[in-house]
Amino acid sequence: MDLTYAPALESAALAGIKPRYQLFLDGAFVDGGGDDLTSVNPATGETLTTVSTASAADVDRAVAAARRAYDGPWSRMGGAERGKYLFRIARAIAERSRELAVAETLDNGKPIRETRDFDVPTAAQHFFHHAGWADKLGHLGLGPAPRPLGVAGQVIPWNFPLLMAAWKIAPALAAGNTVVLKPAETTPVTALILAEILADADLPPGVVNILPGAGDVGSAIVNHDGVDKVAFTGSTPVGKRIQSELAGTGKKLTLELGGKGANIVFADAAIDQAVEGIVSGIFFNQGQVCCAGSRLLVQESVAEEVVEKLKRRIETLRVGEPLDKNTDVGALNSQMQYDKVTGLVEVGAQEGAGVWTSSCTLPQKGWFVAPTVFTDATASMRVAREEIFGPVLTTLTFRTPEEALAKANNTPYGLSAGVWTEKGSRAMGMAAGLKAGVVWDNTFNKFDPTASFGGYGESGFGREGGTAGMAAYLDTDDEGAF
Amino acid sequence: MARLAVAKTYKLYLGGAFPRSESGRTYQVHDTKGSLMANAALASRKDARNAVVAARSGLAKWAGATPYNRGQVLYRVAEMLESRRADVVELIVRSRGVKAAEARAEVDAAVDRIVHYAGWTDKLSAVFGGANAVSGPYFSYSAPEPTGVVAVAASSASPLLPLVGAVLPVLAGGNTAVVVASQADPTVAVTFAEVLATSDVPAGVVNLLTGDQAEIMPWLASHGDVNGLDLTGVPADQRVALERAAADTVKRVYSPRARSGGGEPDVTAAPGTARLRAFLETKTVWHPVGAVSLAGGSAY
Repeated sequence: MDLTYAPALESAALAGIKPRYQLFLDGAFVDGGGDDLTSVNPATGETLTTVSTASAADVDRAVAAARRAYDGPWSRMGGAERGKYLFRIARAIAERSRELAVAETLDNGKPIRETRDFDVPTAAQHFFHHAGWADKLGHLGLGPAPRPLGVAGQVIPWNFPLLMAAWKIAPALAAGNTVVLKPAETTPVTALILAEILADADLPPGVVNILPGAGDVGSAIVNHDGVDKVAFTGSTPVGKRIQSELAGTGKKLTLELGGKGANIVFADAAIDQAVEGIVSGIFFNQGQVCCAGSRLLVQESVAEEVVEKLKRRIETLRVGEPLDKNTDVGALNSQMQYDKVTGLVEVGAQEGAGVWTSSCTLPQKGWFVAPTVFTDATASMRVAREEIFGPVLTTLTFRTPEEALAKANNTPYGLSAGVWTEKGSRAMGMAAGLKAGVVWDNTFNKFDPTASFGGYGESGFGREGGTAGMAAYLDTDDEGAF
Repeated sequence: MARLAVAKTYKLYLGGAFPRSESGRTYQVHDTKGSLMANAALASRKDARNAVVAARSGLAKWAGATPYNRGQVLYRVAEMLESRRADVVELIVRSRGVKAAEARAEVDAAVDRIVHYAGWTDKLSAVFGGANAVSGPYFSYSAPEPTGVVAVAASSASPLLPLVGAVLPVLAGGNTAVVVASQADPTVAVTFAEVLATSDVPAGVVNLLTGDQAEIMPWLASHGDVNGLDLTGVPADQRVALERAAADTVKRVYSPRARSGGGEPDVTAAPGTARLRAFLETKTVWHPVGAVSLAGGSAY
């Protein structure tokens, strides 16, 4: 009996992808001075659309527009009115959610199940949540009337294009700032659909400006003299460069950088649930997640059982066409990312980390990588230390909770960690000892706008979400009072 | 015949002990009349590195102490400073040439500032954390945790209050500190270290270096085991290089801008929370909420 799934394709036409997209600058859609870029569908390698990019002069114009909007309507508007704009945007995202989900899948390569059930609804939720803060800033514990910072320059990555735009824009606006945002070079489409939503919401011109382009545009934005606040999500090396470039400028900085999250499974865990958690921890979004549970730490006594069950579960993951509603693992975002991930898999194999790969068949075209597990790694191997940012899990073992903690914390990163145990006191103890900004006990990869997210150490500083996320967009300096 | 006074040797404060600089270097500190007050230790790069080791080794105990306990220890610091009030006033009067009333006001403000921070330790979680109302069957909370080892360049705006006002928020959050004292005020700074040493503050929690901030701070800013920098005492034109060095390991940097009105800080003003927040990390923890039927029937 054939028990394979029939294809259940979402229609690509729902995205209404236009042949060309423009910058959103000072309330208008305009051509930029940079060379057009081509956005590619990672599942096929074919051109999806063409996008105009910003020049340095466009960055100047956008920052000036954002400053005018800040000095003009936006900082003078009452918080309640500002909040109503955000509520309106949240509603409009929900209304256009199907279109946004399909567009995101086409532009990014991630499965429609994720864009439909996670990326888009969570983006709407971020606007809805932060809308309510706009008239309640005095309740943040930052004084009776904390002030916004001014113009926020924001640079976001390609792994959650719309969601990262929402994470950045919503708190910035709720606090009363205006925004110049650069979406990632390979995934500009949903940010520009969001721009249509902002325009339709009658957001005053210049309050949000969206400038597609490559790293040079991002660099021009964060280093612009007219920018008061910088928020960057991306790699640790680029984050370090931005922190260095901003030295002495007094610009307030939020960095959300890389990670090498430990997912720790104790012998007393509910093993089947833990296996599900390991799978979602590393294969969610093809593992292209800064907080992915990319280092599996299993207690020695159950290591064999866990790895066997894990392999069996991974064999059932459906890898392929991202628009298929049954697909679990889609395409990596770009040729560059594909090369990086496959290159590091090779390194791991050469290091003797015991590579195992799902026997799934991969599509002929597109940047697909089969789910991969290193079953026999040691802590000093590159695949146990470096962020791979792909569907590749590295497995290590431990004997005692102390050893698990030491191994989990043995990294310059500190973004996320998972703990699987049925013993509540152990879960709490581990959560207290882990040097990570987010700890998931008996779950993984959960996000919410009410819950602060961000890293320790070289995973960055500042938070997004929660009250700490709002503080990142407010002037909280006490002028060096003693 | 007049009795010959016993002069005190001012040394560093590292890991709970008072050693000389490993370099053997000292510098002379004079009062406003030009008389020698002391030979202070001129700390070296090696001293700074030793201080970081001491601060790291002191971290587990201090960060792991209960907030109530940390509050009690910090309150004890206030008690001990109060008992050394006369000594510190005399040192401030001698080194700065100010009137005794002014020196007393500074010491009083410093004691009160310590009491203020002693009361913060068990409120940080309530004020900067809490339960997160997540949209799913999870108990989620966020709570502040110490950043780790913080290097502090104390301001020379006055001898005591800037030192206390920078170190106490670092400690209240559960961090440990490597402090580079104001070069002009080593006698007050080392006396404050003696206060700490007799206040149940565990060894290594505060490590005090005297000497040239311009010489020592670059080593601390680039040190891989330092997690945060407070650059209040560093002149604006020297901060850029330090902030740049800090980026190599993504250190948290507190670098307050110049006061908008200019002039010295108002010592009577409440200090706000920026110094506390600068060296706190927010950790968010998620736990599933089990499907337990409250009605005693089937799970829902």
